[in-house]
Order: sequence, then C-alpha cells, then structure tokens
Amino acid sequence: MNTDNAPATPSPKIRVKDLNFFYGSFQGLKSINLDIAERHITAFIGPSGCGKSTLLRTFNRMYDLYPGQRAVGEILMNGRNTLDKGQDLNLLRAKVGMVFQKPTPFPMSIYDNIAFGVKLYESLSKAEMDERVEWALKKAALWDEVKDKLSQSGLSLSGGQQQRLCIARGVAVKPEVLLLDEPTSALDPISTAKVEELLHELKTDYTIAIVTHNMQQAARVSDFTAYMYLGEMMEFGVTDQIFIKPRRKETEDYITGRFG
Amino acid sequence: MSMIYRRRLFINRLSLVMAMAAMAIGMMFLAWILYTLLSRGLGGLALSIFTQMTPPPGSEGGLANAIFGSLLMVGFATLIATPIGILAGVYLAEFGGRGWVGPTTRFINDILLSAPSIVIGLFIYTVYVANVKHFSGWAGTFALSLLAIPVVVRTTENMLRLVPASLREAAAALGAPQWKVTMSVALRAVQGGVITGILLALARISGETAPLLFTALNNQFWSTDMNAPMANLPVVIFQFAMSPFENWQSLAWAGALLITASVLGLNILARTIFAQQKN
Repeated sequence: MNTDNAPATPSPKIRVKDLNFFYGSFQGLKSINLDIAERHITAFIGPSGCGKSTLLRTFNRMYDLYPGQRAVGEILMNGRNTLDKGQDLNLLRAKVGMVFQKPTPFPMSIYDNIAFGVKLYESLSKAEMDERVEWALKKAALWDEVKDKLSQSGLSLSGGQQQRLCIARGVAVKPEVLLLDEPTSALDPISTAKVEELLHELKTDYTIAIVTHNMQQAARVSDFTAYMYLGEMMEFGVTDQIFIKPRRKETEDYITGRFG
Repeated sequence: MSMIYRRRLFINRLSLVMAMAAMAIGMMFLAWILYTLLSRGLGGLALSIFTQMTPPPGSEGGLANAIFGSLLMVGFATLIATPIGILAGVYLAEFGGRGWVGPTTRFINDILLSAPSIVIGLFIYTVYVANVKHFSGWAGTFALSLLAIPVVVRTTENMLRLVPASLREAAAALGAPQWKVTMSVALRAVQGGVITGILLALARISGETAPLLFTALNNQFWSTDMNAPMANLPVVIFQFAMSPFENWQSLAWAGALLITASVLGLNILARTIFAQQKN
C-alpha cells in the first residue's frame, strides 16, 4: 500500500516520490513515498530485511558504491532530485552525513578522526580546526572524556565512545541531514541513553533519520515513525499516533510484538 | 568404553602422532641446515669479511664488495618495486573490480609470482644486457625488482581486501572521494600488513642467485658503478662453493650464513610489525 496517509509534515527536507530500489533483479523497495521533516527526527522500524536500511542508504546514495544496485524514482532535497545522474556524490554525502551500526573510527588519532571530513571541504587554520574539533566533540557529549587524549588513536576508545566519536565526525562537517543506521544496537544502555539524549539536542539544527530495531527507542526519540514491511511503506505518521493508535493491524501486531 | 569410542580415541591419537612426526621431519631439516651453516660459517666469520675484497684463490680476503653490491642492488630493487607494487595492488583491490583489466592483471601477476627466477634473469639478459652489451648492477636491480613487484602487489591487494566495507563506507559517507578513502583510510588501516609484504619481498630477493648470474654477473673488485658488473653474495657463494680452494669455500659458508641470518631477521621483523598491527 502506498502512503497517501502521510501526515502534513512541517516543511519537508527530503521528499521521496515513487521510489523503487533494486539489488540486481531483486526489488528491495516498492514505490515508497514519504516526506522527511526538517529539524525533526524520523524513525524507520520494521523486521529485518524490510528495506529500512536500504531506504536510508538511498538518501546519501551509499548504494552507488556497489555495482548492480540502483534506485528509480525521485528523492528531492532542496528541490533537486538527488538520484539524477548529474548529482555529485561527494558533495551530496558532505551534506547528508551517516552513522553506522558498528562504530567505524578511522585508524588515526581522535583529533584527526574529526578533522578528516572537515579538511575535505574547508580549509581552516589550526586554531579554527581546534575549535571545530572541540565543538563537534561537545555536540556528541564526548569532549570531557577525551579532551586530554586527542592525539590517541580513535581505536583506543570503548565501543560507546567510538560510536559517539563517529557521530561527532558526522556532525563536524555540519551536514544538513544526519542518517543513523541502528546507531545504538552495539552499545550498552548507558551509552545508548547518551546517544539518544544527543539526538534530542541535534534535532534543533539537523534533520535526522534513524533506523532502529528498538521499538522503545523509536517511541522515545522520534517525531515521526515509518513502519516498513517487505520493501513497502506500511504506515507512516506522527510517532505518538503510530504507537498509540496505529491505523493498520500489521503495524499494531509488530509494535506489540505479536508479529509473525 | 564402547567399541566405537575406543576406535575414535585410537584414530585421534594416531592422527596426532602422524602430524607430530611430519612436523618433526620438517623441523629437523631446518635445524640441520642452520646447524651446518653455523658450524661451517661461524669459523669464517671475521671482521675481514666486511673490510676486504673477494680474494684470488689461495690468498686471504673478505666479502666486502659482494655485501655492498648485494645491499645496493636489493636496495634499489626494493625502491623500484615498492611504489609500483603498492599502486598496482591498490588498483586491483579498489578500482579493478569491474571489467576485464583487473582480473587479467591479477592472473598475470600470479603467473609472475611463481615464475622461475632464472626466467626473469634470462628475460633481463635478452632485453637489457644483450642490448647494452655488458653486465651491470642496474640489470641485476631490474631483475630483482621484477621478482619483488608481484609479491608486493599480492600482499597489498590481499591486505586491502581485509579492510571491512563499513570503514570504506564511513569515509565515503563524509564525502571523501575514492582516492582519499583508499589512501588515507583503507591503506592506513593495513599499513603494517603492506610493510610486511615489502619486507617479505626483500627477504625473497636477497637470496636470489639465478637472476643475477645473467645480469649483474660478478666483480672481483670494489665497484660502486651501477653500469658495470657488480659483485653480490649469492653469485659469489655459487662460484666459491663450487671451487676446489679451501679459503673460497669457507668464504662461501660465511656468505651463506650472512644471507640466512639477514633473511631470518627480516622475517622476524615482518612478523613483529604484523603482530603489532593486529593489536
């Protein structure tokens, strides 16, 4: 079913129109339509293999790294179709940051992990870069823990710290949109709480889309929730409505754990 | 105990004994080689080895010119092979996935990897030595670098393939172009493994004799001219060990010990670096 029932979002940052996605001949997404609201958090939930990560990876065209994967349709961002052939992928990804399921610190110092992305598109003085690194680490609630060891390897941090480092890295380049693909599934509850708090703060500046397997997390952090199943958008709406009074039986079954 | 369990226990012990025996045979020969080398070579190992030139039959001398020649040719060969090998390995791992160029290059590289070194020597002899009409240190260097390149290509490619896709995606997600992703993130993540590959290539070429026989030949005197025939340890060992002169034979043993010790050292260094990388 298509989502004609999508809510009137406050000024959409990304508009997805009739998006179909193919892994070779397998269709991973089936005519998806939705709007991602600017400076709000949109959560994607659904069972494994339902296409929520696939959808997320079309927003920064991460799938383009792999031959055989292609998207058909429109994803409008700032009025331009980012699926156009002419779209510069590096510029798109500089504007649409991504945080992955597993922490992926680069094999370099904590400082350089943050500076890496910034250096790609801005030439800052040493002082400006210091400031930017501190700013990003503070945004990710990591500054106090690492301020005395910025020259240590990013790999020396704990899992939760590594993930916050990756978020800081994504924030440091000042993207317009931040995509998070199950960012807390490898973290303990305390680190998870920190990341969720962080998302609340970040949404004042950024548009955020998050994929999660954790229903409570979606309910806690998001403003809008999309339930996906077998490559289709089953239901999309305001989070409270989805969790309290879903329109569809399937959504209710999944949310209440009676799925399958 | 049931019959079937006792049978299994017996087979288990038998396999263990056979595996240990196979290991012992291998280790025994290695120990034997090392023992022979040490007992024959240590006696000849004096300071004069490093200061005096290879002597005529029956008089005193050392291996200084051969050691220097080997260091020079192996050094230059490594300098040539390292950038070419790393860049080709990067191409195969990061850019050569689509089309036919990558797989074909990989196939040819694998053939080169196992090509007999004497063939490489003959090749350089035909295309270089026969044209300039004299043996030279450069010819030896080229032959050795041709042997080292495929090793570096292979290890670089294998190492880069170990880099998880998530790390590349993370760099690409920041808007880094592919070249930047490869050089600053992927290659950096496996630099220990790549250095190990270079050291192993270095170890391999430092003992090669056949490619040098047709290219650098030998030189009885001290020579730093890369355009002239150049002394080197493997060829000196080959000539001296086959000779009937006792002082030559003892120099050959000392040279063999030197090469083995440095190859052993390089291997240990390579393993140490690789082990550190993993931690």
